[in-house]
Amino acid sequence: MSDQTGLPITHWQRLWLYVVGGLVLFFLIAPCLIIVPMSFSDTTLLQFPPPSWSLRWYHEYFGSIEWRDATIVSVKVAVMTTLLATPIGVAAAYAMNASVLRFTGIINMILTAPLIIPVILIAIGTFFLYARIGINNTLTGLVLAHTVLAIPLVVLTVLSGFRSYDMNQERVARSLGAGRLSAFWQVTAPQIRFSIVSGALFAFTTSFDEVVVSLFISGGDTTTLTRRMFSALRDEVDPTIAAISTCLIVLSILMLSIAQILGTKREK
Amino acid sequence: MTAVVTDPGKRVDDDSGELNVAVLKRNARNEVWGLLGLCSPSLFLVGLIIILPVGWLFWLSLYDENGMLSFVNYERFVEQSSYVKTFVTTFEVSFGVTAICILLGYPLAYMLSQIPRRAASICMILVILPFWTSVLVRTYAWLVILQRKGLVNDWLIDLGIINQPLALVNNFTGVLIGMTHIMLPFLVLPLYASMKSISADYQRAGMNLGAGPVATFWQIFFPLSLPGLAAGVVITFVLCLGFFVTPALMGGGKVIMWAMRMQQTTSLYANWGAGSALGVLLLAVTFGLLGFFNWLLRGQIKAAWGGK
Amino acid sequence: MSVVLSAPPISIRKIVKRFGSQDVLKDLDLNVAPGEFLTLLGPSGSGKTTLLMILAGFVRANSGSIKIGPDEVITMPPHKRNIGMVFQNYALFPHMNVFNNIAFPLKQRRVDKATIARQVEQALHQVQLDGYADRRVDQLSGGQRQRVALARAIVFEPRIVLMDEPLSALDKSLREHMQIELRSLHRRLGMTTVYVTHDQREAITMSDRIAVMNNGCIEQLDKPEILYSTPKTQFVAGFIGESNFTPVDCRDGVAWYEGRQIETRSQVPHAGQHWLVSRPEKVRVADGVNGDRGNFFTGSVREIVYQGDSFICYATLRDGQVMALRDYCRSDVLSRLPAAGEPIHLRIDAEDAAIVQAES
Repeated sequence: MSDQTGLPITHWQRLWLYVVGGLVLFFLIAPCLIIVPMSFSDTTLLQFPPPSWSLRWYHEYFGSIEWRDATIVSVKVAVMTTLLATPIGVAAAYAMNASVLRFTGIINMILTAPLIIPVILIAIGTFFLYARIGINNTLTGLVLAHTVLAIPLVVLTVLSGFRSYDMNQERVARSLGAGRLSAFWQVTAPQIRFSIVSGALFAFTTSFDEVVVSLFISGGDTTTLTRRMFSALRDEVDPTIAAISTCLIVLSILMLSIAQILGTKREK
Repeated sequence: MTAVVTDPGKRVDDDSGELNVAVLKRNARNEVWGLLGLCSPSLFLVGLIIILPVGWLFWLSLYDENGMLSFVNYERFVEQSSYVKTFVTTFEVSFGVTAICILLGYPLAYMLSQIPRRAASICMILVILPFWTSVLVRTYAWLVILQRKGLVNDWLIDLGIINQPLALVNNFTGVLIGMTHIMLPFLVLPLYASMKSISADYQRAGMNLGAGPVATFWQIFFPLSLPGLAAGVVITFVLCLGFFVTPALMGGGKVIMWAMRMQQTTSLYANWGAGSALGVLLLAVTFGLLGFFNWLLRGQIKAAWGGK
Repeated sequence: MSVVLSAPPISIRKIVKRFGSQDVLKDLDLNVAPGEFLTLLGPSGSGKTTLLMILAGFVRANSGSIKIGPDEVITMPPHKRNIGMVFQNYALFPHMNVFNNIAFPLKQRRVDKATIARQVEQALHQVQLDGYADRRVDQLSGGQRQRVALARAIVFEPRIVLMDEPLSALDKSLREHMQIELRSLHRRLGMTTVYVTHDQREAITMSDRIAVMNNGCIEQLDKPEILYSTPKTQFVAGFIGESNFTPVDCRDGVAWYEGRQIETRSQVPHAGQHWLVSRPEKVRVADGVNGDRGNFFTGSVREIVYQGDSFICYATLRDGQVMALRDYCRSDVLSRLPAAGEPIHLRIDAEDAAIVQAES
């Protein structure tokens, strides 16, 4: 690296800035860095560095029917949420992008409401509604609630994809003889596919990591992983959770890598 | 090639009045309905699962236990000291977390905006990774790190800085640390985006005109970064107000924040009127803050344009 | 070489388009002859692109009729209109190669594979891109992309072809080259073409006829040479080419300037002050004012600007108006040219003097 910042200040003069910035970055990444080695500890007391290594807590996690069931519920709900939120989010984004509608502003407001309204209020409201129509503690209820939380993320991601896409391409396809739907499938969708996949990843993560709403509307057979973790954490610091956390961190690194790769591809 | 010159004023057949109005209007209407149809599944779900129940709760908050229309649920906020205490705690935590986020986030964003692009994008991954990691996982990690026999206390004792382990979790400090970690990316990301768009030419010009690096920063860079900072601050603050998971797990039952109070009132005491009123007030404060900052930033943008 | 034998005419009638309260097109009529190359020319905001988009079906008019041949198309969706369209930025599909881009309209029409291969090859040949079928779009230069877009627009033998400033993204020399090539392609294929541009030189070079648009109306529709020599409105005179505007008094269909009757071929309004429009290269230096007849103007030389092969002489007339004269730097012309500050006499032939109504 050259000793130039583009300004008449050297990197050396800026050393304090890099030290502070580096410390803050360390603060951000520290929990992830520390929890992973701890999960391989052999002791009940979580120590760092672990005195001896083992896969004890992973056996605990995968061996427990309760943890396994909760994980399966979470995966099921997240997959179904992704499959539901992505197509309807893309459809809404397409209509909003066409901007023929005078009420695009209102639609935008309604669809981004789940991002703005405090999630605790959404949780209580959903619980209240589900109690009336009897879908508390059901997969359907969870999927619908998570879908609503994921819709704004899908819509915003796909809308930003549309913004960097030249709509004339779809126009030209239509003038060349493709109907509107066909033009979308053949020409638009392949070009905004990275945004669509990013939106789907967002939807999956939103559902899989969701805590507050699940706390209210899941339970019994449909207890999600996050709900079970929350309850376990309230009682004691259970080392099994270190193993689960490591798995979740690996999952988020995986998701983030896919999203990053798609992002750079989209820029091209 | 025969170019038949036809006068545009001359008409082949003579039918006066507007042509095809009805068909064109119908086509336009069909297109609007078609596009609305594409939005409708999303609108229906959001309307059913968010807007309807929230409206319902709003309605509930206006009735007392006997089903009479009253403001009793709201009057309680002023009269009962436990509610007042919750609000005070919530604002204390939110201000504290926002302030720490500014102190940590501003230098970080500034550094990211000044270093070469490649290095910045690698550092950005470290900012975004926590963003993609479950809030529970991160809270759990802090519980482990900060607990009585946790990492931080162990090291501090080993280094001889303290003799007795510090109480770092299950209190106000724990909540502050845990929430700062969750909120920091929300402040850094918009701030970094706005700093990135400040051209280095302004700083060069400032230095060229005789201002030192410090003066250049405070008089040129800092004012230009304020809109991004304001955006980050308002997002952070609003999220803090309604935050649940971290204070519930790291507060040790001593730090009762707004969202926890809502959860207790509704699940523990099944007092829907009171819980709803809390929710309505929270929503009002959230919208109020967002609206205020929106207005403030718009004014700033307008002032910047008007100044030119 | 496939020649479209049955190029249809386009009859555009009474088109009204409003965006909100703003009238973008006001009761617009336009007939395009079979096989004609017609250009819509105008400044931005004149409604030319909106009209093209209505023709293609991407913008819906409030009322009006568009007939291509015998068929009413204004109520049809874009994909049923059978129109070839070329956009300003080419709008080639980046995820398809050249072959698939050009084959796209044929595939939509369920043409069989062998025919597609043959027709794509033929289209590539017509735009002189033989052997480029397998190239990716991002491997092509600007000019080549333009040709692919063109091939894609003509391969399915559309009823008409529309072009929206297709050359504006190219650099000057390539643009001039493509103008000639487009023109010759049009001559060979003879498809009815509507072309939109804001570049008057491009319009004059390429078109059979030009419709000059302003404020949602067609100001004048004529062959390029007529448009240039006899503009009918002040806007057209100002928009196309350089013009001298000299105020003249009109009485009973005769125009007067400083007591001399102006000889002109154009229709003169009955009363009021209007403009005599003259082109600088049609203005000539006169030795003096001869008799009562002829369009003579007397003034003094304000400035002479040399531009290498030619010069422009700005003369200030007696009433303070400026009249410009342009000629080649030939010795016989230069020898008759007075120096700056000296008196000068200018002459305009009757064919080159157009009278246009002053806009209120």
